[in-house]
Amino acid sequence: MMYPAPFRYHRPENLNAALQLLQRLGEDAKPLAGGQTLIPMLKMRVGDVTDLVDIGRLPDLDEIQLGESEARIGALATHARIAASSVAQRLPSVRDCAGGIADAQVRARGTIGGSISTGDPSTDWAPMLHTMAAIVEIQGPGGKREVAIDDFITDAYTTVLQTGELVTGVRIPLPPARSGGAYIGYKRSAPAYPTAAVGIQLTLDENDVCIAARCVLSAVASRPVTSAAADAALVGTRLTEEDLRAAGELIIADTNPPADVRGSADYKRSVLRGLFLQVGAKALQRAKGENIEGEHNYV
Amino acid sequence: MASVKLEINGETHTVADIAADTPLLWVLRDSLGLVGTKYGCGGGYCGACTVQLDGQAVRSCSVTAVAAQGKHITTIEGLANGDELHPLQQAWIELDVPQCGYCQAGQIMNAAALLESNPSPSDSDINRAMAGNICRCGCYVRIKQAIQQASSALAFNAMGVEGELS
Ligand SMILES: Cc1cc2nc3c(=O)[nH]c(=O)nc-3n(C[C@H](O)[C@H](O)[C@H](O)COP(=O)(O)OP(=O)(O)OC[C@H]3O[C@@H](n4cnc5c(N)ncnc54)[C@H](O)[C@@H]3O)c2cc1C
Ligand code: FES
Ligand code: FES
Repeated sequence: MMYPAPFRYHRPENLNAALQLLQRLGEDAKPLAGGQTLIPMLKMRVGDVTDLVDIGRLPDLDEIQLGESEARIGALATHARIAASSVAQRLPSVRDCAGGIADAQVRARGTIGGSISTGDPSTDWAPMLHTMAAIVEIQGPGGKREVAIDDFITDAYTTVLQTGELVTGVRIPLPPARSGGAYIGYKRSAPAYPTAAVGIQLTLDENDVCIAARCVLSAVASRPVTSAAADAALVGTRLTEEDLRAAGELIIADTNPPADVRGSADYKRSVLRGLFLQVGAKALQRAKGENIEGEHNYV
Repeated sequence: MASVKLEINGETHTVADIAADTPLLWVLRDSLGLVGTKYGCGGGYCGACTVQLDGQAVRSCSVTAVAAQGKHITTIEGLANGDELHPLQQAWIELDVPQCGYCQAGQIMNAAALLESNPSPSDSDINRAMAGNICRCGCYVRIKQAIQQASSALAFNAMGVEGELS
């Protein structure tokens, strides 16, 4: 793991030049953002990459904006900047996610656009963005398009991105009042991906009855696990521990976590059960207006 | 091949004929002889290669030298102010922090970035910020004590108080 294999390296000046270059170079060219996944991967000589197109310094792609009805995070915004941003202050589950990814060094370089573009089933942004019904902005030779985050990742390490396309940003519709969310990954250590992770966004009416819910499990399947049945089961309840447990069983029943170095399938299911209750309780407190901190849990 | 111009510890260095995707780590160690920065895993896991880019701790094995151009790079060799050690280095010596020492340059560079952004961290702030630096010798307890001691020393210096820390 010393030197990456030799590549041709390109540093276009702006987005258009980057898009043209990617189109011309075709399949064996890869965009390089923060490099926190790509550089270690290239050192393992995975894939047939011949050209790197460094998009890390393209202007204007790292802006973070908090608007009236939505937030927009540029593809090149780093996890560290997002964690410290106004968007994370307004949306605590964004703070949970951004501040819990890896460690300080990775958060200083790794980007949200790079994270979702890996399609890596163990990364945190795609599942967290599901709880917010976020939209991914894509630009390519054919112009601009937008894809719901749920449709963006199609399988493990596979996204809808076509050759020559770049993610330019992510848009998050702001949840209404009395809505709160939380996201927790359960990790063996900081520089490791989660064993399992859960995200939940809950919206309450004025009597504390749940009127909308979006739940997700991560790192336990080839893509983020969602369940319309679990979301529906929470609506109309007061989100007691029993209500959360019942919904958790519904979504966990849909998953068959792979046994690997992080644990057996049964172990991961029991981690998910515990996490689901914890994340649900935290989301509920936040929906009721409490300002509580949260971050990933370590084994 | 590429030629890079890097500002390291306040001095400008030009390095010619490196592969354009060479990690900063190897330019520091092999081209410039700045071997204080260590190669642990090369895979982004251990933190031994930590340096600062514009004051932020990053892994030099996972940043290309080309991407580090135009930024202020600080390595362990540039942390002291001339002959005056950084309070962290002073605390490291006083508390005999290292065992084998291999991880320590990375630990100190990350700790220095922490104190820059949070001059009086709690123990849990330290655990959180230092989580990406692995020490195979298990010196974590002394590392934390030394960061706390350096933080107190910085606070004393800031108040202009002279004398011994108790
Ligand atoms: C030790 C360690 C621990 C980690 N732990 C976690 C964790 O707990 N949770 C987590 O979520 N992540 C974790 N990560 C991954 C980290 O979040 C990465 O930063 C992120 O997944 C990739 O972002 P990047 O900017 O570094 O992308 P790069 O490494 O530069 O690129 C990654 C991939 O995405 C492509 N790409 C990058 N940007 C774009 C774009 N804008 N449009 C299209 N394609 C693009 C690249 O071509 C490449 O294929 C960890 C990484 C390390 C090294
Ligand atoms: S050598 Fe860079 S993280 Fe281990
Ligand atoms: S002192 Fe030996 S690895 Fe940290």
